[in-house]
Parts: sequence; C-alpha cells; structure tokens
Amino acid sequence: MKIVYFAWLRERVGVPEEAIALPESVRTVGEAITYLAGRGENYAYAFERPSVIRAALDRKHVPLDAPLGEARELALFPPMTGG
Amino acid sequence: MGPLVVRLQAGPIDVETETRLLAQGRPDVGAIVTFTGLCRDEQGALSGLELEHYPGMAEAEITRIAEEAAQRWPLLGIVAVHRHGLVTPGEVIVLVAVASSHRQAAFAGAEFIMDFLKSRAPFWKKEHRADGAAGQWVDAKESDEAALSRW
Repeated sequence: MKIVYFAWLRERVGVPEEAIALPESVRTVGEAITYLAGRGENYAYAFERPSVIRAALDRKHVPLDAPLGEARELALFPPMTGG
Repeated sequence: MGPLVVRLQAGPIDVETETRLLAQGRPDVGAIVTFTGLCRDEQGALSGLELEHYPGMAEAEITRIAEEAAQRWPLLGIVAVHRHGLVTPGEVIVLVAVASSHRQAAFAGAEFIMDFLKSRAPFWKKEHRADGAAGQWVDAKESDEAALSRW
C-alpha cells in the first residue's frame, strides 16, 4: 500500500511517501498506525500520540477505525491548519 | 448555480479579478460576500508561512465543501482560491467569494465554506521565523473544530 505523510509527520518519519506491504492482520487505519509505530524510532516518534493523527484513504477523510479495504493510498497527517 | 471555481496556486491571489468573475453577465447576482485570509507577522516574529498541501485531495476537498454549500443555500457562484508554498505577511492565503441574489445566503455560504476549509482541507502551515530560528508547525485550534458543530 502507498502511504503518504504530511507536515510534522512527514518530517518525523523522514520520507514523504513509501510503499509498505502491510500484514494481513492489519485491517483498519488505526491498526496500520500501530503497525507503523513499531517500525523504528522515527516511526515511534511520529506516532507517539495516535489520537491526534488524521487519515485519508484514496484522498477522502476517514476515521481511524475505518477498514483499509481495497484502498490504494493511505495518507496520515496532523490536524489541518489551512485557510 | 453559476460558476464554481476552486484553484490552488503558488503565486499571489488577485482578489478583484477573481471576484469580478462572479458578477460578470449575471444580473441575477445581488450580493457577493468575499472573505480573504491574510498572512500575519505575529508582532514581527514571522517572515512568512510555508503552506504544505496534499495535491489532488486539497482541490477535491474544497470542491466537496463548496458543493455542499451550494446545496444548502441558493448560491449563484463560488470562487475559492488557496495559496501553497511560501506566503509572506500581508499576502492573501485564501480567498472565498460567494454570490447570491441576497446577502443572507452569501454570508452563510461563505462562512460555511471557510469553517470547513479550515478543518477539512488538507493544508498545513509552518512558520518562518524572522530571526532565522527553526520555525514551528502551526497547531490546529480547537475552536476551529468546534465551529463545525453549529452547521
């Protein structure tokens, strides 16, 4: 799955996007975050407060308990500050 | 509805030109409400703001919000233009202009679009400090999220 990061999440993870083969057991956005947090120090730092993370699947906002389903792109980012 | 224009751009926003589009050839338009959000310098502390966005989703999300506004109120046109990249103090970050026959719908539509744009359009601001120190990412305000509940 393609995973893209923005703002301080992108800076902490260290890359703007990457392709990761998530294990079968990872079924929701929240589970993907938990899985990513275990990939190393930079990921642990990026996802240290999972409750503040916002997510989009194929460029549409979803809650953290949303199933990944057949989505191709998961975006993870902090609360938005546009306007 | 008349025109629905959503655009992201790296260069300055020409508020007059964008707004004029809404009235051109439209004698049914009786009200245009224009909101412009500007970059502040925070008492001289900032030299600018860097605006990061999610290409593809940013336009789509603003369009979804504008379409929702057009369903709720009798609007005759919407223009929403948002900057990305570096913006300096005094420059326009976002323009939302809404046309209707009467002012009530235009005011409500513009406010609705701005409220949702703040918390739902994928943009993130990073400060550029005037003293050259490392800038911080701007924190989202809880009041912005709370503003959505009134709609």
